[in-house]
Amino acid sequence: MDYKSLNLIGSSSPHIRTRDGAGHIMGEVLIAMVLPLAFAVYNFGPRALSVTAVSLAGCCGFEWLYRALLKKSNTLGDLSAAVTGVLIAFVCPVTIPYWILLIGDFFAIVVVKQLFGGVGKNFLNPALAARAFMLSWAGEMTTWVGPRANVPAWGAFDAATYPTPMSLLHEGDLTGLQQMYDLPKMFVGLIGGSLGEVSALLLILGGLFLLWRKVITWYIPVGFIGTVALLTFLFSRGNDPVQWMLYNLLGGGLMLGAFFMATDYVTSPVSHLGQAIYGVGCGLITVFIRYFGSYNEGVCYAILVMNLTVWIIDKSIKPRRFGVAKSRKAPAPKASPEKKKEAVK
Amino acid sequence: MNIGKQLKEGLLTQNPVLVQLLGMCSTLAITTTVSNGLGMGLSVTIILTLSNIFISLLRKIIPEQVRIACYIVVIAGFVTMVDLLLQAFFPDIAESLGVFIPLIVVNCIILARAESFASKSKPLAAAVDGLCQGLGYTLVLLVMSAIRELLGSGSLAGTRVFPVEYAANMLAMPVGGFLTLGCLIALMQWAQRKVKGGK
Repeated sequence: MDYKSLNLIGSSSPHIRTRDGAGHIMGEVLIAMVLPLAFAVYNFGPRALSVTAVSLAGCCGFEWLYRALLKKSNTLGDLSAAVTGVLIAFVCPVTIPYWILLIGDFFAIVVVKQLFGGVGKNFLNPALAARAFMLSWAGEMTTWVGPRANVPAWGAFDAATYPTPMSLLHEGDLTGLQQMYDLPKMFVGLIGGSLGEVSALLLILGGLFLLWRKVITWYIPVGFIGTVALLTFLFSRGNDPVQWMLYNLLGGGLMLGAFFMATDYVTSPVSHLGQAIYGVGCGLITVFIRYFGSYNEGVCYAILVMNLTVWIIDKSIKPRRFGVAKSRKAPAPKASPEKKKEAVK
Repeated sequence: MNIGKQLKEGLLTQNPVLVQLLGMCSTLAITTTVSNGLGMGLSVTIILTLSNIFISLLRKIIPEQVRIACYIVVIAGFVTMVDLLLQAFFPDIAESLGVFIPLIVVNCIILARAESFASKSKPLAAAVDGLCQGLGYTLVLLVMSAIRELLGSGSLAGTRVFPVEYAANMLAMPVGGFLTLGCLIALMQWAQRKVKGGK
């Protein structure tokens, strides 16, 4: 029988039937991001939805175009481009001009992902690399509107720069922060900030959904958030360490980064210990940038820097192979002349 | 001696920057504007050609053990000349290139050509080699600086193409140098593979 004509997939054992493919997993990530998106529309107005739609369409479009132009297989079905598109929208302010968004999409998909070989081969998180690149237009990328702003999808909007929790945190102004946003508001997300990062509550729900569906493991988010919590509690500014810690946890992109970005399969370590180290590293760099950097927020750069260390983490933490002795002692060194003499004596 | 072959090697198949990966420091640092790129490229071409000729002439006198030091003395002489000439006739370019002109002394393209070619060849061949390799370097600098100036600050050779608000100034910063150079090297590898595959 000519088995080559059958549509068979060759793979190594174990041959277990599962529905988990890249497309399925990315689909669940997209489901987990629906609630934060809905909240963004409620908090910022219809433009939140149109920005996300444009970014999603842009990423999928560039992915399709690149693969089609280079006559490669179509990879839209794995939905990773769609996830990247939504994440890029999530890390931008709602007032971002659409053309900057499309340049970011192009950079994420073509430069960061496809030039390195497509899905599974990129060494940086495409959405975060795009955000770092989009900071070329620093003014547009840091124009924040307040909560319940109701920005229209198209047309002029009076975008007054509005202090976000992160700018107040960066100044170490805890009392100002407490007057402007109380903790329940911070938790629910009635604050200014990037489109998808505001609602800590819904992001945590989305993260728990991913944990429940076994899409992500808890090592990275817990390592990341735990490190930020510990450091901000120990080295707090202002008069109340607990409050300072909570504002640091709920403000900025920490929840979004810890649950949705740092856990990206391609750019995070394979082993559980490695994932814990990676999470702790992300937390360390985040706090470091928030405390000593010139930017208000450090999550993006923390994850990007840790992305670059994944290869060395993976290399240094190799699991022991089944059936191999725990640690083979180094072969005994050849007896040196001195020792020989001693032995003779 | 085959001038066509040497020119092809210098510009494409053995391009000093994109294939041999030499002289990356200056390539990354000064390619922010086309005038910088052109000024640097031509300076290196002149110094490379002259030092190649001189080292080729001196190749039988220079002792094997101290040859690198001797090369550097020769190169440094020409670099000083070009530096002073630039300061006298093109003060703007001399100012914007700054320390990178004196640093040509230790530019590894020049040392590599002295070591691998000029010290083993006749003066004329060494001169052609220096010219071809220098032109290859200049070509890469021109392409890179054109890309970075156009996309990074919205102008080309000083004339404005589109308003500066639309320019991705990330490309004019150091990170843009690495990005552009990486993309160009990838493009070169891809093109070479295509040509080889076609044969």
